[in-house]
Amino acid sequence: MSLLSDLINLDLSETTDKIIAEYIWIGGSGMDLRSKARTLKGPITDVIQLPKWNYDGSSTGQAPGEDSEVILYPQAIFKDPFRKGNNILVMCDCYTPQGEPIPTNKRYHAAKIFADPAVAAEEPWYGIEQEYTLLQKDVKWPLGWPVGGFPGPQGPYYCSAGADKSFGRDIVDAHYKACLYAGINISGINGEVMPGQWEFQVGPSVGIAAGDQIWVARYILERITEIAGVVLTFDPKPIPGDWNGAGAHTNYSTKSMREDGGYEVIKAAIEKLKLKHKEHIAAYGEGNERRLTGRHETADINTFSWGVANRGASVRVGRDTEKDGKGYFEDRRPASNMDPYVVTSKIAETTILFKP
Amino acid sequence: MALLNDLLNLNLSDHTEKIIAEYIWIGGSGMDMRSKARTISKPVSCPSELPKWNYDGSSTGQAPGEDSEVILYPQAIFKDPFRGGNNILVMCDCYTPQGEPIPTNKRYNAAKIFSNPEVAAEEPWYGIEQEYTLLQKDVNWPLGWPVGGFPGPQGPYYCAAGADKAFGRDIVDAHYKACLYAGINISGINGEVMPGQWEFQVGPSVGIAAGDQLWVSRYILERITEKAGVVLSFDPKPIMGDWNGAGAHTNYSTKSMREEGGYEVIKKAIEKLGLRHKEHIAAYGEGNERRLTGRHETADINTFKWGVANRGASIRVGRDTEKEGKGYFEDRRPASNMDPYVVTSMIAETTLLLK
Repeated sequence: MSLLSDLINLDLSETTDKIIAEYIWIGGSGMDLRSKARTLKGPITDVIQLPKWNYDGSSTGQAPGEDSEVILYPQAIFKDPFRKGNNILVMCDCYTPQGEPIPTNKRYHAAKIFADPAVAAEEPWYGIEQEYTLLQKDVKWPLGWPVGGFPGPQGPYYCSAGADKSFGRDIVDAHYKACLYAGINISGINGEVMPGQWEFQVGPSVGIAAGDQIWVARYILERITEIAGVVLTFDPKPIPGDWNGAGAHTNYSTKSMREDGGYEVIKAAIEKLKLKHKEHIAAYGEGNERRLTGRHETADINTFSWGVANRGASVRVGRDTEKDGKGYFEDRRPASNMDPYVVTSKIAETTILFKP
Repeated sequence: MALLNDLLNLNLSDHTEKIIAEYIWIGGSGMDMRSKARTISKPVSCPSELPKWNYDGSSTGQAPGEDSEVILYPQAIFKDPFRGGNNILVMCDCYTPQGEPIPTNKRYNAAKIFSNPEVAAEEPWYGIEQEYTLLQKDVNWPLGWPVGGFPGPQGPYYCAAGADKAFGRDIVDAHYKACLYAGINISGINGEVMPGQWEFQVGPSVGIAAGDQLWVSRYILERITEKAGVVLSFDPKPIMGDWNGAGAHTNYSTKSMREEGGYEVIKKAIEKLGLRHKEHIAAYGEGNERRLTGRHETADINTFKWGVANRGASIRVGRDTEKEGKGYFEDRRPASNMDPYVVTSMIAETTLLLK
């Protein structure tokens, strides 16, 4: 359908200075992404140039019908890899008309934590490893799996190539370039242990930016799978049995951890996380108990453990960090469907603000 | 899916200095290739500019879960024919965190042999003829063969054209250009005697580069067959019976062999190979006994013999080499699933270091 593509790819900057801004927000489930577009006079280079907007919250489970307006506050801008030109994607969060964050707005609280002087001084960095599974449309069975059956057991698929081992690479590669184009700090991708499962990493990002970037990266991925006719799932254990789950391992460091002597700061931080294990787990994603079993490179959900190079622990410290005496650590507990605003701010709160 | 292709073909160099580097390594079976990508802040021109990396060795049979990190050392760079731009493919080898090569790392030992002064002085050249078979997905039956049956007997297929004789040429031709783009010294291709089987040749390459180039060309081929929805097999005898196997004939010469009087050097080298026939065969690929039967242009696996223009011999010397009194020879014994690091370094070791 070349005419349709020609129109989609029209470069408007030659004919008008208008731009299209796609406003993105998180819906009532806390995991469903929504968006709509508006025309603005461009070019727009800063968030403060963007007007607030609103949407029908009664259609997303976020407001009653008689009082349905939810207000969108623009918070971060990215280049639009689909419309290109000077068009943009805008990550927003949601408020009542009176200016209060609505209950599903987790960004508001995270931003307060990151603005706390004690936290800001430590410049918390995050590297988030977002895993996800691709499913065949309609049957909702993983991409590449025979319908009504299973592929051969795990082993050959991790980081593999080949028509019998790797399913959906075009989506993953298109997503990688689209995110780089958009200005998202995507640092890598790999094929996962379960066939049809993939991972991308975003980071290092500072403070609230980590959450903004992961949410927009997720949005871009959902738009790309839509184009490919494949269904995207962030379920943490899409297939029960001897198949890996999907996580969102969160790598973390503060200024003190990155400096000499940082390894002691890291160990102290891990001890604090241990004390708050239950609260963190409760905030680390729905359905995580199906994933954190102690098998398939996870630690059991009720146990807090940590170790160097240990993929069966709750928290893993890399060999480089141990050797250099400074660096970062990896919280392996968050599920793929975690809210990065919640997880990143909670880790900062527990390790920097919490005094046991 | 034009929109997906638009994204895949995005030229990032218009928007950012960042490049994508695909790190490639060999997994626990010694034959499975693995790769993952990372963003590098700006273009690089040599492997020493790239950081070491690591991967989960417990997922590839190369480390236990409690101590799973395997370290990747970048060794050779090629242009990425899939991502274009300044993006790169990086061939790596694998080490423990303490800096020891892991057992499946055959490159390490090969590199030591090639840096031995006696070997380096002789500038060993390799031309490797990589054969492979294309299989239909899910049924794993050769491409172009009727499912549940067989094509007509061998004869019409070698170097053939035609919808009833050549199966999978798009893959082969795409691979040829992709390798040239990548900077691999691919010297040719041809359709093979068994329908659905093909060959490409890499070389002449010097020393360790022969192994690096062959492994990356295999990776590129697996990526292309993945795109084409076809399964790639390096099995040395994919179909039993009156069907050719797949080899990786390795052409070899040293400085002395390429100079006047080289033919005598060649004959001496072949004698030395004859003395170590069993050791070489053990290192020339799993399942080779199904292929080296003495039929189908092979020599029997237990027999070592050589001859001019003899395709039924273990070693074949070309007529040109005999006529000019110098040149190279072809070791026809390696199977298609051989490890080129092992084969190339073993040939150098036996012919140059063994007294």
